[in-house]
Amino acid sequence: MTEWLKSVEPLTLKGQIAVPYTWWVGETGGRFMAALRDHRKILGTKCSSCKTVYVPARKSCGRCFIDMEEWVDIADEGVIQAYTIVHYGHPVQPAKPPFAYALIRLDGADVGFLHVIKKDLDRIKNGLRVKAKFRAERTGTILDIDSFELM
Amino acid sequence: MDKAAIVGVAQIKYERRKKDQIFADMVFDVTREALDDAGLTIHDVDNVVTVSNDFFDGRTISGMAVGDACGGQDKNISTVSGDGTFGAFYGLMRVLSGYKATIVVAHYKGSEGDINITTNGMFDPVFHRHLGIDAVSSAALQANAYMTRYGIREEDIAQVSVKNHGNAKNNPFAQLPMDITVNDVMKSRKIAEPLKLLDCCPISDGAAAVIIAGEDIAAKCRKKPVWVRGVAHCCEEYFLGDRDLSNPVALREAATRAYAMAGIRNPIEDIDVAEVLEPFSYMEPLWLEGLGFCEPGAGCSLITKGITVMGGKLPVNPSGGALSANPVLVAGLARLIEAALQVRGEAGARQVKNADTALAQGFNGPCGQSHCVWIISGTK
Ligand SMILES: [Zn+2]
Repeated sequence: MTEWLKSVEPLTLKGQIAVPYTWWVGETGGRFMAALRDHRKILGTKCSSCKTVYVPARKSCGRCFIDMEEWVDIADEGVIQAYTIVHYGHPVQPAKPPFAYALIRLDGADVGFLHVIKKDLDRIKNGLRVKAKFRAERTGTILDIDSFELM
Repeated sequence: MDKAAIVGVAQIKYERRKKDQIFADMVFDVTREALDDAGLTIHDVDNVVTVSNDFFDGRTISGMAVGDACGGQDKNISTVSGDGTFGAFYGLMRVLSGYKATIVVAHYKGSEGDINITTNGMFDPVFHRHLGIDAVSSAALQANAYMTRYGIREEDIAQVSVKNHGNAKNNPFAQLPMDITVNDVMKSRKIAEPLKLLDCCPISDGAAAVIIAGEDIAAKCRKKPVWVRGVAHCCEEYFLGDRDLSNPVALREAATRAYAMAGIRNPIEDIDVAEVLEPFSYMEPLWLEGLGFCEPGAGCSLITKGITVMGGKLPVNPSGGALSANPVLVAGLARLIEAALQVRGEAGARQVKNADTALAQGFNGPCGQSHCVWIISGTK
């Protein structure tokens, strides 16, 4: 480095890229989100070939490379498969740290469902059962489920 | 496969903040250095691959912004985002399809962006992004899944940080050479459990370049060619919940294919040194399992038994790895360069004795969704 640069603060330029997007949730995603919003229900789809039940619902099974047409009701409770308690914050997080992320195997599904746990962090363990807490005001997003709570 | 070799390499020192160099300055430096290293001029290179990423760089079509700095004018430039190992793979393919020499350049400035918000952007915008999940918190989920499954203790993975920061003392390019103990790692600040500050890579700035050429050019270069003996990449499912995070299936598949191409039958016997991409301490043992150096769940025992330390049977990350510098888009290319330096016998204080066959591994996507494995050797 040029010697004199060490002793000065170089000129910098602040910038921010804020680009608006309007994500099309999709036919399958739309039905999943509408069920969360209107009925507090979690829906999955089942592959007719490998029988895997996916949640959130997907239109196709990547493993078998075929469309899925069978809809399945998934329970709003299940078991913690993996978790982490987060101690740092950033503006996109839906809660103030500390809070937890968990992969939850909901009853009736064959894959983990990613969401957050905000309470009882000192008691969290893999294998414990949790239940979805829905928001009163729901708008058709994954945050219509506020969080999962230990049962 | 026709023969191709790594004929030129360059890195600049990785630092928390390179305040004297913009992207293009860094790229220009490593391009010139890699050419000098190879004994080539920019006119000998007929193909350019940049490892740029629009989100990280904060500009769209980011590959074009460094084209002038890497001699891309009047040439063909492609951009392959990722960690550099995938860009190098593409560069190799160009050579195998008739180009004479490809330069692969990677640059990254962690100091200029926001790693959490940017890596949040790699997750599905409908189902996952609003949850705020990012590279660090998703890695922590994987660490938890892996460690729970095999009963691995936090002290076990902390050894990786101790080893790699220690190795970094022998690497003039490393950002964080440190003498630390398992206890230091254990006492460091919690980031996302079970990961603590010293289980996590630093934020880094840096750049690197590799020149890959066919036999004709390789024969004319200044340094001993480092031959590509086998290389493969493989990807697995996108949603974290669809995957078994404790079992790196894509890595296992990529390794199997690369070993088959290279004629590797017993990796721990046939490979002399490995450079793997471990921005988080638990990743090193998990990737070593995926690479077939041990049984699933036994990754930490490789370090406990002294196999992966300097002087062991298979030193892993003599450079200090990504724990000691993680310029994200450069970090995999740095593994490949370090492996190439080992094969050349030019790794200085971090040289593994008599290293002839080396492995370099990189990955892209959360929790190692896609892996790229290289086997390189001084022997054609
Ligand atoms: Zn299926």
